[in-house]
Amino acid sequence: MNKLYDKIFKYGLQIIVIIFCVFPFYYAVMTSLEGSAAVFVPNFFPTEINPKNYIYLLFEHNFPNTILNSLFVATVTVSISITISYFAAWSLSRVNFQGRSMFLFVILAISMFPQIAVLTGMYQLFLNFKEFYFNIFDLRVKGITSLLWLCFTYTMFNIPFTVWVLTTFMKGVPKEIEEAAIVDGASSFLILRKIFLPIMTPAIFTTAIMAMIAVWNEFLFALTFTATNSDRTITVGIALINGTVEYEVPWGSIMAASVIVTVPLVIITLLLQGRIMSGLTAGSIKG
Amino acid sequence: MADININTVNKYFGDVHVIKDVSLDIKSQSFTVLVGPSGCGKSTMLRMIAGLEDINSGTISIDGQVVNDLPPKQRNIAMVFQSYALYPHMTVFDNMAFGLKLEKRSKDEINERVNEAARILQIEDYLQRKPKQLSGGQRQRVAIGRAITRKPKVFLFDEPLSNLDAALRVQMRVELAKLHNELEATMIYVTHDQTEAMTLADDIVVLDTGIVSQKGSPLELYDRPNNMFVGGFIGSPKMNFISSKILSKSSDATEVDIMGMSKISVSKMSASSSEGDSVTLGIRPEHLVVNGDSDGSWESKVFVVEKLGDVTYLYLEKDGEPLVAETEGHSEIKVGDTVKVGFPAGRCQLFDSSGQAFK
Repeated sequence: MNKLYDKIFKYGLQIIVIIFCVFPFYYAVMTSLEGSAAVFVPNFFPTEINPKNYIYLLFEHNFPNTILNSLFVATVTVSISITISYFAAWSLSRVNFQGRSMFLFVILAISMFPQIAVLTGMYQLFLNFKEFYFNIFDLRVKGITSLLWLCFTYTMFNIPFTVWVLTTFMKGVPKEIEEAAIVDGASSFLILRKIFLPIMTPAIFTTAIMAMIAVWNEFLFALTFTATNSDRTITVGIALINGTVEYEVPWGSIMAASVIVTVPLVIITLLLQGRIMSGLTAGSIKG
Repeated sequence: MADININTVNKYFGDVHVIKDVSLDIKSQSFTVLVGPSGCGKSTMLRMIAGLEDINSGTISIDGQVVNDLPPKQRNIAMVFQSYALYPHMTVFDNMAFGLKLEKRSKDEINERVNEAARILQIEDYLQRKPKQLSGGQRQRVAIGRAITRKPKVFLFDEPLSNLDAALRVQMRVELAKLHNELEATMIYVTHDQTEAMTLADDIVVLDTGIVSQKGSPLELYDRPNNMFVGGFIGSPKMNFISSKILSKSSDATEVDIMGMSKISVSKMSASSSEGDSVTLGIRPEHLVVNGDSDGSWESKVFVVEKLGDVTYLYLEKDGEPLVAETEGHSEIKVGDTVKVGFPAGRCQLFDSSGQAFK
């Protein structure tokens, strides 16, 4: 009897949590497949399956362009911040220097800093950057200014987080492995390349995915620093999708756009989740 | 070939003075074991020789060359870590070849050396496996193999067997002893296990809170400990210590009492002692004579009996003085019995109030 209660309780809770988390996404998928009239009828199962929202977004709208912009910003940001924080993590976890814990603490404090607090200052800097950039480069490539600035600010906000996470991971790698390599005659750079990099690969993937999601979903800076339709990123792109008439909110298209940008993240995470975190140093030390 | 001279070396961790004016000479091709309780500085000593820790003062020289400022790779040493510290993403072969590749050896030479080491350690079948597919004993062999391939002048072992189970530890101990004969290299071995120290060492160095308590061959340390610390540390079960008083002194012997029950004349002297001084009498459990004739005696009830098959240990106590005595394996003595314990004078050690041994 007790066992039955336990089971009901356990699975019941699980079902509630799953519904709570997955239902909005399910509803988004369903809405994205419905025509403009059907959207406003509350229902749990789709009454029609109609890909017209997707066709509109992908072929008649500049939405693919916003995806490319986001991909560009995310790739640049994530690669720069991961590279920098990989080296930073090594020094913060392995090299003894004065004020190391202070430094780590400051990094943590910075990563808690609200974006909005620096927004106005950032905008002023952005204007100066634009002027500087225009003076140097040909006007033909000026369209990329906003994106480059986005890369810069995102990297700035991402690095404290990625440094912190990678430092924690690197602290978990036994010191003896590094010492064994030192005794074997490896230089610090070689250790970083041949020993730490392969061991840290899962951790780096994990951190990169988290950073990528953060960049992918960022809205405030993207809205502030992009002015033309050609340099929108996806979040702003979705927000600015408009309907055929002024007062219509085109839910179907918005939901279709959300699904298009969410599905790749879900797929990446599912594919990599086996590698994330697992077996960082299996077999290296006792056990 | 590779003498190691350590000269008045000091090491601080912050304000903590962990190695205090240690001087040691380690002979080429000898097997030296650094032994001591946790925190005595033995691992730090080894890491200083390896070059993984800086030295605050003093010199360490290997083969006549001062190595204080040389990085580990230029010291011609190899180290085996307690936790094995294998590179988890490399195969066994690559683990063992890593150092050689860094030395830019030719492919043939690398192959030859790794296979040679694998043959010695009997891990030829596992060369293409990853460390996580190996058992603890196999991993430890790989760690040793990694050291062998580089043919260093000095091998440093940092408690290499402490993660293995008891049976495997005994087996690896024997193999290490064989390996030492085969390689004819200088080996320095750190352990807290006095059995490993006794069985492996040519020389044992007992460290106590950063100073060398005594250095000598295993039997020297067993028979003639310099002080109570060494007496208590070497040997298992521990040496018994009984508080006692000097009754009289002659030119070649000191007479002490045993719990006021009997007297015993030990042929050891200390110039600084005088009649009436408190001393500690040390005697090993295996030297006590249970229910037999001997020089001095002591009677007590038996509180615990441990039967190990080959021997039996009797735990006795009288007026707060505990005593462990060894007797034959098939002893009839039971808990609660009263036994008479004899103290052969030739086996007794005397220590003064500061713990120094009478000579």
